[in-house]
Amino acid sequence: MAKNIIEKIWDQHIVYEEKGKPDLLYIDLHLLHEVTSPQAFEGLRLAKRKVRRPDLCFATMDHNVPTRNRDAIKDPIAKKQIDTLQTNCDEFGIPLANMDHPDQGIVHIIGPELGLTQPGKTIVCGDSHTSTHGAFGAISFGIGTSEVEHVLSTQTLWQAKPKTMEVRITGQLGFGVTAKDIILAIIAKFGIDMGTGHIIEFTGEAIRNLTMEERMTVCNMSIEAGAKAGLISPDETTVAYLKGRKYVPQDCAFEEAAAKWLALATDEGANYDTVVEIAANEIEPFVTWGTNPSMGSGISSHVPYAADFDSESDKEALKKALVYMGLQEGAPLTSIDIQHVFIGSCTNARLSDLRAASKVIAGKKVHPSVTAIVVPGSRTVKQQAEQEGLDAIFLAAGFEWRESGCSMCLAMNDDVVPAGERCASTSNRNFEGRQGAGARTHLMSPAMAAASAIAGRFVDVREMQATLV
Amino acid sequence: MEPINKVVSVITPLDRKNVDTDQIISKEFLKRIERTGFGQYLFYHWRVDADGNEVKDFVLNDERFKDSKILVAHENFGCGSSREHAPWSILDYGFNVVIAPSFADIFYNNCMKNGLLPIKLNVSEVEELLANGLQHASAVEVNLEEQTVIGLDGKRYSFTIDPYYKEMLLNGWDEIALTIQYEAHIASYEELQRA
Repeated sequence: MAKNIIEKIWDQHIVYEEKGKPDLLYIDLHLLHEVTSPQAFEGLRLAKRKVRRPDLCFATMDHNVPTRNRDAIKDPIAKKQIDTLQTNCDEFGIPLANMDHPDQGIVHIIGPELGLTQPGKTIVCGDSHTSTHGAFGAISFGIGTSEVEHVLSTQTLWQAKPKTMEVRITGQLGFGVTAKDIILAIIAKFGIDMGTGHIIEFTGEAIRNLTMEERMTVCNMSIEAGAKAGLISPDETTVAYLKGRKYVPQDCAFEEAAAKWLALATDEGANYDTVVEIAANEIEPFVTWGTNPSMGSGISSHVPYAADFDSESDKEALKKALVYMGLQEGAPLTSIDIQHVFIGSCTNARLSDLRAASKVIAGKKVHPSVTAIVVPGSRTVKQQAEQEGLDAIFLAAGFEWRESGCSMCLAMNDDVVPAGERCASTSNRNFEGRQGAGARTHLMSPAMAAASAIAGRFVDVREMQATLV
Repeated sequence: MEPINKVVSVITPLDRKNVDTDQIISKEFLKRIERTGFGQYLFYHWRVDADGNEVKDFVLNDERFKDSKILVAHENFGCGSSREHAPWSILDYGFNVVIAPSFADIFYNNCMKNGLLPIKLNVSEVEELLANGLQHASAVEVNLEEQTVIGLDGKRYSFTIDPYYKEMLLNGWDEIALTIQYEAHIASYEELQRA
């Protein structure tokens, strides 16, 4: 029978199944970071349990780490959390890319970069954006700390088999439209809980045409659509990306692995529980105006009116969001001034993202009322960008060039947007207070954020790009 | 975790949908390395304004709901971040039950590992509970064994829950201890992978 990739990977990982119970699922890769793991290690110690397969774990420090003056962490509680991860990894024998390690970076950036992320794997991490790794055709999902402890101890999880959903993006993207715009448009169209209880497979011509880095951006925000995970069937693009990376099989073993990976792709005629479709040519550069990722519109549009919504609860949600965001119904998106720009996060801090942003700003200056920072997703990304001279372009334009980490995406470190100020951000969440108490976040692509930095307000990046071609 | 079966309490009506885990517990409070002590930070930026004063019209600051053990909210409760600090803070604050028409997947799972009972009722039932709760500070009895929520006015709602999770919650079981009993299956799976 024809199977989709989700069913194939799931079935391959069942350790034990019994009617009336969730499946006991084997986990191939467990990624860890400093914020959601300390209580799990403490739980192991209290119960005198071991880490079953430290060789299938990989840890790094990203959420809390400063992006400048790394040697002196001012916040003693943050410092303790970072030190605790070091101690735990030492004690339990888990490989760690700590702050001084050349492989350090945002956990979802370094997994693929190092080739730890591979098609067909089950991958978990105590972080909801674990869905990023699905870009390679892996089932990858975020878990809580109790589940982190469970995986450390048993290398398995009890999981009810999720439903499957195909999100098909037909046709080709227009000029200046990016992977970020695809995923924001999908969430705006189908809602923030469209994927609850499902794993999404993204399909269609527009997806096939994306690079691996772009595919990661799409899968990264599957969780913002409420999905358990999001993935894309592997193809030659996937194989070409992985070849030669640190942790993938080498030489003949790679060819063998690649053949297995390609065979995981969804079979012709396979079914899904749910199928939705969006036309690539109806998507334009996107900006969010509200307080969750579904509250966004194309740049040529405006903040909606309450009258645009049918249900009372949606009207109420719009009003609450606009009060928080300090916006008026009907305001054109290009009329909104900003004070901050953040180019970073596991969604959009890979080399191609920095290249896209740098192209827009080259030879221009950041608007005088804007503070703009670039936070590369990993030390490797930072180094590669510097080799290409991107840092010089950003610095000349007036951007700050920082060390890698999660940074202003969730503002656990010192990178915080002040209350009442507005940030054009390439991250993934615009929830109230996400980038700082009272801060106002607008999500968009790196090119759009870069264009906003120059203009001091939201602009249609296509107008700037047209002059560059 | 503590076993849970019956909970009788006035409900706290949180009249919002898509309540995300960033609101439940804000990131500045995630730096502790313990599982305890998060209750004081629950919904912090909705409870306390920028000057440190209580937000008078926020439901958790309403005296009538002070001793409530049951939180009720609209659809998609617990969306966003996987932080387990969210159920930890809800439990530590004093709630044992959250009722909503739907929950985000990771949050729902996290509740199950901590003895916090998430109950799904349909939209109209939740709206009824919220309306009653806001008007009269009404109380209900939650019974996990029977899978019911019964208003003190006699109104009865029933809910479904996966039998595996129900058993876990009723008994307060340690899931890892249960899984370790499947060690032979795990070992033979690993053996097959190596072959």
